Amino acid sequence: MPHLQPVPTGDPSPAESSAATLAAQLRASARGDEQAFAALYDATSARVHGLVLRVIRDPSQSEEVTQEVFLQVWRTAARYDESKGSALSWLMTLAHRRAVDRVRAAEAVSRQDTSYHQNSQTVPHDVTAEAAEASMEGRRVRSALAELTPVQREALELAYFGGYTHTEVATMLDLPVGTAKTRIRDGLIRLRDAMGVGQ
Amino acid sequence: MSAHEIHALSGAYAVDALDDLERARFEDHMAACAECRAEVAGLQDTTLLLAGLSDTAPAPELRAKILADIKTVRPLPPVLARITPRRPRRWANLVAAAAVLGVIGGGTAVWQNVHQSTPTPGISQADRVIEASDVQLSNASLGKNVSASLFRSKDVGSAVIVTRNMPAAPSGRVYELWLRDKTGTLQPAGLMTKGGDSKILLTGDAVDATGGGITVEPKGGSKTPTTSPIAVFDFKQST
Repeated sequence: MPHLQPVPTGDPSPAESSAATLAAQLRASARGDEQAFAALYDATSARVHGLVLRVIRDPSQSEEVTQEVFLQVWRTAARYDESKGSALSWLMTLAHRRAVDRVRAAEAVSRQDTSYHQNSQTVPHDVTAEAAEASMEGRRVRSALAELTPVQREALELAYFGGYTHTEVATMLDLPVGTAKTRIRDGLIRLRDAMGVGQ
Repeated sequence: MSAHEIHALSGAYAVDALDDLERARFEDHMAACAECRAEVAGLQDTTLLLAGLSDTAPAPELRAKILADIKTVRPLPPVLARITPRRPRRWANLVAAAAVLGVIGGGTAVWQNVHQSTPTPGISQADRVIEASDVQLSNASLGKNVSASLFRSKDVGSAVIVTRNMPAAPSGRVYELWLRDKTGTLQPAGLMTKGGDSKILLTGDAVDATGGGITVEPKGGSKTPTTSPIAVFDFKQST
């Protein structure tokens, strides 16, 4: 049984927890270790919830989805395969998919309701965006984003933070059908290379 | 869809910007394409940087709620390696079709859970349509859990109707499948006798069809519909 490393308490940034620690917490969670799961929650909940909130916008729905995400993590932790990526990547991919599923389902039920929320909810991410701005990595990401073409950046943000499909993004940006997916990919690749991801 | 074209979906896949059909097809492709898997992994890691711009702690009560919840939920066992080294293609297509039709729980399965082995090549004409790069899709819901989808590829020159959970046709009756021609007339395109989950390659002119439909007809079928359609498909409204 792998030893769990202590996680610094009171630090919500997953960047501070090493990838190996998160992976170990996930493996321990799969064996029913509630303490390891609690540590995983402490290390990642602000990131998960921040993303879910950014996509969904409605605070109470976002909280529901964050709860669902962590329950799914608990239930499916054994399905995480270390050889296919980092624990954080697995977790955030799951969280993003779930948030996007929620906004698309809500849209299918009631477009009006969704647009009402989009127009009327104040999104408290300005504060956190400032905090991210202040951090070294946040500044680097922002300046890397600024290097993208405006269309690449907008397509990427509408898809990732807006939860829109590439076909919807194409229409929103008045792009020929089928080109938004290319802009999204080009934007991500530029961002990846600028930030040296996976190197 | 050619390898080149489907490869271009990697970015949209990494940010969940594909619709259900594209997602299922891309995951099917990715299971067999190490290059795409590697690219997607890198792009998903890149999205982590974006996620890091919005950190917001949830309400403190949520932690206690979740930690109480997990006490009542049993963690699933790991997915074990399959004993059979190669999975029949049929199964891969079922997975893809099931994913398209939303059978796989909420679309939240991550691809690595679904694909444990590489699908084998060799595919039917119907699958060729479904997997074609120019495929068009129109869905119809026929009631709770009952649905039908019309796929058409002009490149392949055929159309396919895939049904899910169809009740058996009333006794003495059959389901007749139709393609709508340019003049708006429904032309016979096949019969379906059994219910359940079916995948049927349609006869007739698929290339110029503007849509299609399903009706219930007397045994042997009809030349023109004698009842109003239980499903109507329209390519113009399809995604």
